[in-house]
Amino acid sequence: MSEVKYSKEHEWIKLDGEEATIGITKHATEMLGDIVFAELPEKGSNVDKDGTAGVVESTKAASDVYTPVSGEVIDTNQMIVDDPSKINEDPEESAWFFKLKIKDKSEMDSLMSKEEYEKFAKETSA
Amino acid sequence: MSIKKTSLNNLHIKYGAKLVEFAGYQMPIQYKDGIIQEHKYTRSHSGIFDVSHMGQLFISGGDDLTNDLEKIFPADLKKLKTNQSKYSFLMNNKGGIQDDLIITKTSDGFLIILNAACKYNDYEVIKSKLDNQYKLNLDESLSLIALQGPKAKNVLNKVIPGCDSLKFMNGNNYVYKNQKVYITRSGYTGEDGFEISIKHSDAETFVESLIENGSKLIGLGARDTLRMEAGLCLYGNDLDNDTSPIEANLKWAIPKSRIETEFVGSEVLKNHFQSGVKKLRVGIKPDSKVIARGNTKIYNDKNQEIGKVTSGTFGPSVEHPIAMGYVDNSYSTVNTKIFLEVRGKKIPANICNLPFYKKNYVKGEINV
Repeated sequence: MSEVKYSKEHEWIKLDGEEATIGITKHATEMLGDIVFAELPEKGSNVDKDGTAGVVESTKAASDVYTPVSGEVIDTNQMIVDDPSKINEDPEESAWFFKLKIKDKSEMDSLMSKEEYEKFAKETSA
Repeated sequence: MSIKKTSLNNLHIKYGAKLVEFAGYQMPIQYKDGIIQEHKYTRSHSGIFDVSHMGQLFISGGDDLTNDLEKIFPADLKKLKTNQSKYSFLMNNKGGIQDDLIITKTSDGFLIILNAACKYNDYEVIKSKLDNQYKLNLDESLSLIALQGPKAKNVLNKVIPGCDSLKFMNGNNYVYKNQKVYITRSGYTGEDGFEISIKHSDAETFVESLIENGSKLIGLGARDTLRMEAGLCLYGNDLDNDTSPIEANLKWAIPKSRIETEFVGSEVLKNHFQSGVKKLRVGIKPDSKVIARGNTKIYNDKNQEIGKVTSGTFGPSVEHPIAMGYVDNSYSTVNTKIFLEVRGKKIPANICNLPFYKKNYVKGEINV
C-alpha cells in the first residue's frame, strides 16, 4: 500500500516501497497560475531533503521545487518538460515531477497528512 | 497612505479577480480564466483593461501653451491637429526618461496620459516648468478603460456608435448615457483598440455593456505579456531615469524637426542622436524554453558581461520565451549570439527584431 504525504512547500510525495514519486499540489498550481516552464533534476543525481530539485515558472514568476525527502533520482517526467501546461491540468497524478529511491523512510514522518495539508494550505493562503 | 480602489473594484471582485497592489492601487492581476487565456482572448476577440490608475493630465490656458510645452517634451506639438495623439517622453536634464506618455491635442489644450507610478511626480515637474497662467488638472474624477483586440471596434461601436471611424492615434468626444466621454484609438497590446476616458459613475455600467457584447475583463498579468510580445516598453523595467529615448531604441518617437531645438534633456538627446549610443534596447529570443526575467545578466561568447534583460516572460501567442533588454551597442545586431545567466547556467539566445508579435494596428478600415 502506498502512502501520500505533503510538505509545507506544497509538494506531494507518494511512497511505494523504496520508490517515492514527487510532484506539486493542486493548491500550488492554483497559486502559481499558468505554468509555462519546468526544469527537473538530473537522473542519477542525489537530492537532499528540503533542497532544490527543480523549477517551475508561470507567466509571472519562477519558483523552486523542493524535495521533501532525500534520495537518488531514478526517473523524471519528460511530459511536463515538453508540455508544462499538463502541470495545471493534472498536478497530483500524471504530471508528477520526479521519482526517488528514498534514502531514509523516517523523513516521511515529519510531513503532513492530506487533512493536515489542506488545513495548512487554507490558513497560509488566507 | 491607504490603498486606492478604482471605480471598477466591485466589478473586478464580481468577475473573480486576483487583486494585487500596483502603484498604490488595488488592481486585478488576473481573473478566473488566467493569464494565458486572457492574453489569447485579447488577440482573438477583445479584452477590457481597467487602466484608471493612470494619470489623465489636462493642461489649458494661454496662447503660448504649445510653445511652452515644446520646451518640456521632444514632440512636434505645433504640427499636432486637434484630437491627434503622439507618444513622447518627460525627460530629465541628463536625457534620461522620467516617464513615457501620450500627448493628445484637445479643443482647449492638451491631455497627457501618464504612468500610474509617475503621475504625481510628473505633475509637479511639469507644473514647475510652466508659467502660472496655465491650468493643470490631474483629473481624478475620470476612469480610463482600454478595449483591445481585433473585435474591439465591433464591440465598442455597439455601445458607442460611430467610434469605429476614429483613426489610430486620434481621439474625439462621444456621448454615453448623456455624458461626454473622450475616446482615443490607441493601446498597449499590439492590437487595434481604444482607450475611453469616462466619469467614475458611468464606468461600471459601461464595462458591463462591453461584456454583454462579448468582451472580457483582462488583468495586468496578460497586459504585461501582450505588451512584451508587441515589443512595447514598461516604464520602470525597460525605461528609467538613466536611459535616453535613443538608447531605448525609440528614435522614431523623436521628430527630426526637434533635434536642433531646446527642451528638457535636449543636449544629451542630440548627442545620442548624432554620435550614437553605447547601449541599446534589443529584442532577445532564448534558444530553449528557459525564461530570462528582468535583471538577468547578458554575456557574449567570451563570457564578458555585455548587458542585462529588463523584461522577460513566456509569450502565449508566439509560444516561446521572449525578452528585451539592453546590450553594448556592438552586440545589438539581429542574430548576434548572446548568453543569458539563468540560475547559474549560461543559456544561449539571439538578438532579434521587435515586435515578437506582428501588430494589427489599423489606419483605415480593418481586415479581421
